[in-house]
Amino acid sequence: MVRTYALLAWTWTRAAMAYRASFVIMTVLGVFITATDVAVILVIFSHTTALAGFTRDEALFLYGSAGLSFTLCDMFVSNVDKVSQHIKAGTLDTMLIRPVSTWIQLAADRFALTRAGRVLQAAAVLGYALAVLDLDARRLWMVPVMLVTGTVIFAAVWTLGGAAQFLLTDAPEVINSFTYGGGQLTQYPLSVYGRDLVRGVTYVLPLAFVNWQPALYVLDRDDPFGTPGFVRFLGPVAAAVLALLAGLAWRQGIRHYRSTGS
Amino acid sequence: MPPGRRPDHNPGLPLAGPRAGPGTACHRAITLRRCVSYSLYARLARYGFRKHATYVAAALAGAFTNSVFGVLRAYILIALWQARPGLAGYDVTAAVTFCFVTQAFIGPMQLLSGGLTLPERIRTGDIALDLVRPAPLQLWLLAEDLGRAAYQLLVRGLPPMLAGAAVFGITAPRDPARWLGVLACVTAGVVVSFAWRYLVCLSVCWLADDRGVMVCSMLLTTLLSGMMVPLTLFPGALGEVVRALPWAAMAQAPADVYLGIASAGPALAFQAAWGAALLALGALATRAVRHRVVIQGG
Repeated sequence: MVRTYALLAWTWTRAAMAYRASFVIMTVLGVFITATDVAVILVIFSHTTALAGFTRDEALFLYGSAGLSFTLCDMFVSNVDKVSQHIKAGTLDTMLIRPVSTWIQLAADRFALTRAGRVLQAAAVLGYALAVLDLDARRLWMVPVMLVTGTVIFAAVWTLGGAAQFLLTDAPEVINSFTYGGGQLTQYPLSVYGRDLVRGVTYVLPLAFVNWQPALYVLDRDDPFGTPGFVRFLGPVAAAVLALLAGLAWRQGIRHYRSTGS
Repeated sequence: MPPGRRPDHNPGLPLAGPRAGPGTACHRAITLRRCVSYSLYARLARYGFRKHATYVAAALAGAFTNSVFGVLRAYILIALWQARPGLAGYDVTAAVTFCFVTQAFIGPMQLLSGGLTLPERIRTGDIALDLVRPAPLQLWLLAEDLGRAAYQLLVRGLPPMLAGAAVFGITAPRDPARWLGVLACVTAGVVVSFAWRYLVCLSVCWLADDRGVMVCSMLLTTLLSGMMVPLTLFPGALGEVVRALPWAAMAQAPADVYLGIASAGPALAFQAAWGAALLALGALATRAVRHRVVIQGG
């Protein structure tokens, strides 16, 4: 599976490399695209020292950790949300008859190595935040755990979005609210948002486990919403459950898909 | 019966005279003069409206996404204004209103995407067809784009405002005269946005790959139009510069008129100045493109 993915991704990368100048420009611009989000955070913190109880560097830690998970998924998985385009173009049928998992083929379709620029930008912000924040070294083990958890959660959200497009063929943009919306939501401390919204992203769509709950542990902070302490360690469980559900939804989508035959 | 037409001529066949009858240079010259009128542009605007009205589900999906992002951004602005009440001359309600008004502009002003099929047409050579149409390419597309914007203002603009009103409560102008001012400013904003996107699209004629310019344009528009944070938050001289750039005419200026912070007159003058400048540049670029298309052979 991994080998097939790597092979497909490498094919797309070689094709993109044919236009070397474009490739370099797109990579650099990718850095700038995500940098606008950091610019907004910096503009906001130029007017205040704390936003909903969190300092600039703590916000950058949250941004960097969620951003790294998000951009990794954006690079490796996000193309599964092109299901509706493939259904309309009739190219999904071709994928279904090939001897490789459809999910792998979709995820690797139009793989863009140029998005690595965004990953590096998010990693740089996380690195900066880890360097300037005076963190307890005994709690740092949570950082890699939360990165993996976050990546799994975002991948699952994207897969759910792809599965939903078997139904929402005419309105694929709805799922952007959850994929890119999730990316936007996790850039800031969740204490910014309303209580009901935070409950929703904790217990229904577990985006709070991408960075918020584990970060509260890493930063050794109390939960402003009073969630019990053990919830901070539930990230991997939430990610596994969501991934399972996403897998089931995806199978349902594929199984019930009926080609128009065109 | 036109002169030069033989009585025994089969009406199904083209006429012998090269400068007479339908489908000939002479006839085309006549239709050309007849078509360039306001009714043509009004019709193009209507078609632009209808073309986009076909995809209702897609527009509503866009409106839903714009509303969700509006809610997320509003919370951030609320947190900022709770920490700094009265920052930049807005109160919390004004900041939240600003957020949803600019979210409503995303569709009509195409703040997140190019929204013109021009690059594709340039690459395939279809642009040659567009250049011989009986109206200038730029005005033709502008008319269509105004029709598209009118549709998207209704379908992608209203839902975020309603969502904002339902979740947080936003303000609305009470005075009908101010509504007129807002409408004028929104229209002017669409013109500026079109003029800018047209220029960006035409650059494809000189660059093989348009993606780079498109992404640059998107970056500038999202950050400098006031869509992500109000431009009044940018510090000092940077803020002054940013508020004088054409992108400010797309979201910040009409939103300030909506909020009643700026009056419609100066805002319209600012937008008109940039609109005229960018449209003029676009007209020059179109002339250059005409020559270029001839050289490449279309």
